[in-house]
Amino acid sequence: MVNRAFLSDRTRQDFPILHQSVNGHPLVYLDNAASTQRPGCVIEEISRYYREDHANVHRGLHALSTRATQLYEAARTRVARFLNAAQPASIVFTRGTTESINLVAASWVTARLRPGEVILTTEMEHHANLIPWQIAAQRTGAQLKFLPVTGEDGAGVDWDRLERLLDELPVRFLAFTHISNSLGCVNPIARICQAAKKVGVITLVDAAQSAGHSPLDVQAIDCDFLAFSGHKCCGPTGIGVLYGKSHLLEQMEPYQVGGEMISSVTYERAEWKPAPHRFEAGTPHIAGAIGLAKALDYLDRLGRPAIESNDHLLGRLAYERLRELPGIRILGPRQDRAGIVSFQLGRIHAHDLVAYADQFGVALRGGHHCTQPLMRKLGLSASARASFYFYNTTEEIDRLLNTLRSAADYFGA
Amino acid sequence: MELDELYQSMILDHARRPRNFGELAPPAVRSEGYNPACGDQITLYVRKGQNDTIEELRFTGQACAICMASASLMTVQIKGKPVREALRLEREFIRSLTGPDDLGPALGNLRALAGVKRFPQRLKCATLSWHALEEALNQPAGPSEGGGPQG
Repeated sequence: MVNRAFLSDRTRQDFPILHQSVNGHPLVYLDNAASTQRPGCVIEEISRYYREDHANVHRGLHALSTRATQLYEAARTRVARFLNAAQPASIVFTRGTTESINLVAASWVTARLRPGEVILTTEMEHHANLIPWQIAAQRTGAQLKFLPVTGEDGAGVDWDRLERLLDELPVRFLAFTHISNSLGCVNPIARICQAAKKVGVITLVDAAQSAGHSPLDVQAIDCDFLAFSGHKCCGPTGIGVLYGKSHLLEQMEPYQVGGEMISSVTYERAEWKPAPHRFEAGTPHIAGAIGLAKALDYLDRLGRPAIESNDHLLGRLAYERLRELPGIRILGPRQDRAGIVSFQLGRIHAHDLVAYADQFGVALRGGHHCTQPLMRKLGLSASARASFYFYNTTEEIDRLLNTLRSAADYFGA
Repeated sequence: MELDELYQSMILDHARRPRNFGELAPPAVRSEGYNPACGDQITLYVRKGQNDTIEELRFTGQACAICMASASLMTVQIKGKPVREALRLEREFIRSLTGPDDLGPALGNLRALAGVKRFPQRLKCATLSWHALEEALNQPAGPSEGGGPQG
């Protein structure tokens, strides 16, 4: 076993919000899969931008507008580097993962699929990577098919079945998550995308749970589209990213129309700018993009391989410790899991458990985690979830365990 | 502890051993309460007797302690009561939970749910079964045999 220091030792002091008491106890923030916290440098950068550089982008000729435009486009270049995209033009700024996926659903899938063709996804998707495909299927007459989640507690998808399915069905499009927000399993994205590419299927990776946690190289993965949100990787809310291969983005019609995305307009018609600006109608979230770039700097200083192994260590530790509790049912696989652990403790409803933990300063998520069909399949109406980030400590896992033990006594589980 | 206000012993008792738990066959009417945000789900069965009274009511479901206890306490409180009185109790209960007033003596054991006032995010849990009750009482009586109306 390698002797390693946890990243919390050198990162915790960077996050002002973590140093507070909640209900008389030091905060233990374990709801990182819903939203991570921001380091001081991101908060400062957003504030600095508004104090010193703000104006609208891509239209003004004055100094502030020039600066704001430079910072905004530098943020795009920063995101491209973060994903190892071949060029910044592959990066579209959106409101978040949800908007990124809706954009692809409207501008690529709905525009191209024909009746009978298949949109393939999995049974573990977040509603954001499910409902856009339901709508796209309804509008085009395409069929929506699912790779099943196997195992009584949702071990994951059996990806060995993928190639056969791709052979048997007229699949045009494959959308799947990198890391499941409720099961915590990690899908082999490069292998999946390569299998799809062999048969000409276009792929979209939902990287909401992985972008801030794992190294991502879109050229090595060879996905066609990839989506993530700023607020799940130390950045601001309201900013997200769609990566798309340039030749695909260039073929796509805009998703929204208005200012900033046109090259010329008459009263009768308009022509679009090239991608990515074609997809950024209206004034964008400039401060969000700049704050996101700062967050990505912060993450890359820590190193995503280090963040990933730290996550996996905390996830595995939490999983093994939770298993000690009588009556616990933990969702997801035992091996190869990220720092996300969903569980049901005895007969205690997740809502009661989360309310109880909150009284001891422990922030958990309780509910269906925006995966209602998956919870139903696993026979649950809700579950509780602890999700970790690099600033979490092993002492916080102790606090979690103590709180769950006393909750079991309290509710008589 | 503040939590003890929310989870009074009567609440925990009713949540662990809900009263009037089970189904009723038609002509009892049936209604559903569902909170998609947290997955609380209650099915309520109500059979009216003569003189517009609530002769029998039962419920099934999967829900948090607050929701289960509220449903259980509700069934105990209104069984045998005239429909009009049950609806008055419902209004009084919801008004007290959402307004400035305390839960008054007319609410009887339902006062055990007073702690919900300090946990506004649990208001929906406490009122779910009551909304289902209102819906059930506003339905016409089901057919005397065969499937009842689906809520």
